[in-house]
Amino acid sequence: MNTIHFQMPTRLSGSPIAPLADADRKPLTKKEIAADHPTWCPGCGDFSVLALYFKLIERRKIFHEKVTTIAGIGCSSRFPYFVQAHGAHFIHGRALPFASGVSLSRPDLHVFAFSGDGDAFSIGGNHFNHTARKNIKMTLVVMDNWVYGLTKKQTSPTSPLGFKSKTDTWGAVDQPINPMKQAISAGATFVARTTHTNPNHVLQMMEAAMDHDGFSFIECLSECVEFYEGAFDASNPRKGGKFDLIPPTHDVTDEMAAYKLADEAFPGKFGIFYQVKRPTKNAREAQIQQAAQEKVQGQAPWQILQKSFERMR
Amino acid sequence: MSESVVATQSSGGHSKVSRVSEAVIRIAGNSQDGIQAIGGFLARLAGRSEQEVMTFMTIPSTISGGPSIFQVRIGSGEVLSAGDEADVLLAFYQHSYEGHLSSLRKGGIVLYDSDHVQPKPEWQGEYRHVGVPISSRTVEAIGGTAKDKGKNIFALGLVAKMFDLNVGKLEKLVSERFTGKDTSITQNALNAFHAGYSFQLDGLIETFRFVESQKRNNTQVVMNGNEAIGFGLIAAGVRFGAGYPITPWSDIMELLRRELPKYGGSFIQCEDEIASISMAIGASYAGGVAVTGSSGPGISLKTEALGWAIMAEMPLVVIDVQRGGPSTGMPTNVEQSDFNIACFGGHGDAPRVVVAPANVEDCFYTAIEAVNIARKYSTPVILLTDQAIATRIEAFEQPDLQRLTQNIAPDFAPVADHKPYDLAAPDGVTHHVPPGTRIASGVYPIVTGLEHDELGHPTGSPKMHQAMTDKRRKKLQALGRELPLPKVFGPSEGQVLLVGWGSTQGPIREAVEKARSQGEAMSALHLKYLNPLPEGLENIFAGFRHVFVVEMNDGGLYGHGQMAMLLRGRYCDPKIRGINKVDGLTWKVREILEATRAAVAKLGNGKA
Repeated sequence: MNTIHFQMPTRLSGSPIAPLADADRKPLTKKEIAADHPTWCPGCGDFSVLALYFKLIERRKIFHEKVTTIAGIGCSSRFPYFVQAHGAHFIHGRALPFASGVSLSRPDLHVFAFSGDGDAFSIGGNHFNHTARKNIKMTLVVMDNWVYGLTKKQTSPTSPLGFKSKTDTWGAVDQPINPMKQAISAGATFVARTTHTNPNHVLQMMEAAMDHDGFSFIECLSECVEFYEGAFDASNPRKGGKFDLIPPTHDVTDEMAAYKLADEAFPGKFGIFYQVKRPTKNAREAQIQQAAQEKVQGQAPWQILQKSFERMR
Repeated sequence: MSESVVATQSSGGHSKVSRVSEAVIRIAGNSQDGIQAIGGFLARLAGRSEQEVMTFMTIPSTISGGPSIFQVRIGSGEVLSAGDEADVLLAFYQHSYEGHLSSLRKGGIVLYDSDHVQPKPEWQGEYRHVGVPISSRTVEAIGGTAKDKGKNIFALGLVAKMFDLNVGKLEKLVSERFTGKDTSITQNALNAFHAGYSFQLDGLIETFRFVESQKRNNTQVVMNGNEAIGFGLIAAGVRFGAGYPITPWSDIMELLRRELPKYGGSFIQCEDEIASISMAIGASYAGGVAVTGSSGPGISLKTEALGWAIMAEMPLVVIDVQRGGPSTGMPTNVEQSDFNIACFGGHGDAPRVVVAPANVEDCFYTAIEAVNIARKYSTPVILLTDQAIATRIEAFEQPDLQRLTQNIAPDFAPVADHKPYDLAAPDGVTHHVPPGTRIASGVYPIVTGLEHDELGHPTGSPKMHQAMTDKRRKKLQALGRELPLPKVFGPSEGQVLLVGWGSTQGPIREAVEKARSQGEAMSALHLKYLNPLPEGLENIFAGFRHVFVVEMNDGGLYGHGQMAMLLRGRYCDPKIRGINKVDGLTWKVREILEATRAAVAKLGNGKA
């Protein structure tokens, strides 16, 4: 009985080459970061988010292999295919737990998850809450278009009351969720709001989110020109709306003030609603490992196992 | 004590000492009486005495209280099952006495707590009754009311006396158990033990002594199947896992949560079953072989993400500790009814690997194999165990940990270029490079659940879907060719071949031994690799007139169990038939023999 037919396979994939020095590497250009041409409809707000993600990688001089782009299902979630870097296109609603698995086992990577309102707040709503409360280090950008686009115009959890969709031909009747409030109450440590029509602001929020040590969440309004045209006109000065930044007097660590801001009627304010420092799950797990490993210092894994087996005799 | 051999007069002169090669002791009480602790002590003692041991327990699925049993079979020779009938029943309550007397063999000894049990006169002739005021004597020995605490240890003393067990070793075990607690607790336990040991067992005309077991050179370890899986995964090099609590899987996650940090790893308790498998897949993508697991409904919840891992060709180990189903079913009972979901569950054509351990020792080695197959073939592997192995304690030779412990840490050496889904790869086997790996060509792969091209980018090409489907199938067919053909237990030709998988191996072998000793031409075949199946099974089946697949699942609408249906379909052989039951309990040797004989009689001795 005590035999193993399958021995540990020797690795591995590809043909390893000699180590490459990073010293003489040039920062990536937009062309080097772009992969497939996006499948989004012309005029889709998601193009701007993608362009600004490229800009972020360019500007922060991140190399291909140091960033991982993860998404679930939806128009927005096609994102990883368009980025020339390691990435994963996972199942509907579960990008966050997948990204958590990457983040918790790989502190060396920048982990970005891109999601839509259906993916993040409906099918993936539970994961949104728990990833936020655990403060798992990553950035989540939800491209919120207030509608299910990929499946062609059904009501989404952020569709405003009265929005006429194929599943509510008479107008949406369910109270929409408020992503800012949802994130703050769930325990997210970085909560920001931006819109695709203001590229500089999007980039600014992405940079702040990336620098945040913890779960950083950005809601980026991203218009679906096909199924919800004009949804965000009121936030776009070019369409006669107004883009109001959160006043500099706002204390980002003040949870109640953040709630108040989040309560404002559309178009509301843009910027960082809430940001606090709290130990990440990553740091907590590392502490647990450190404490456990101190007790077994100098022992090889098989010796630690042996100790456990000695107690089972 | 089936093989009781010599009876000798003890030096005291008044009671007989019989030498036995094995004994089955069933302890029946309530779940909070600590009867599992008695069983655990006996099992560990057997392990330290180089004896074979196997246990069986049932626990109620209620939160606290309710009847519970622990059965331990200790033997000087090979012990294959927990035993059909008990030689000794230790009954704490009237319901334990009345409910379990039928599990005692005729002439067996029932040792009952006379403070709680009123023996029935009509049973006194058939079973030897020995009443001991266990509750009051325990209180006498250790003081206080203590609400029956300690009576399990008192009873352990009684059993030790009855079987002339090694007192020194038991004292040591009891002391070890309470290490770190107040010394008065240890002292109380030892007092209870000695009170039991020195109690005059009036009415017991016989005590027993185990015949010397063959000396083994190796140290034995004693653990249950869930522990063996947990430690096996650690030895295999698994450093990340994620799970959600559900019985009887939870022990594995608790063990990994506690142990993995020592090795620099983590086990994460997630918000739900779906998050658990998703997180594990994420960690596998990041370069390891991660583990998740569950039981019953939790496995159903994981199937969508499992399909992704099959499509994206990610290594992953999924532990399925089977319990009674469907739905919430029977959480603390055993069943083998997840065979189909393990092998085929999910939408689409989604081939995956399924392996099943045969006993506790095998759990350790199978866990290592599951990891190695997952890694070698870049595929999810389902390790299909069950509640019976999960909770039973066995003693086995300590594995050679220095030799077996693996390091599977990812390698981030840069590569020139990389196509994860290379159609020209030998046998279609994918190997991913984890994120963090620099690819000199500047072209990076995506892993995805959409049908994809060789770089992982979506494609709607009919040709590509066929080619990629072929690829995912072919690699597991290659694995099938690599699998060892199992050996027939018994002669390779005969009238009946009993086929089994998983935890039924022990009772099936014992049934075969019994049948052969009675002149029946019966053999057994145990399958460990369930999907893909090893090649050449048809040659084994050809040697027998009847092939019965003995399973703990229902015969279903078409009259055969879940594995039987696969074997019938795979080999187009109508002589393959199912022998099934779903009473939530392990197969008794007698039940297997009766069902087999009935099936043979029904089919007639002529043609199959």
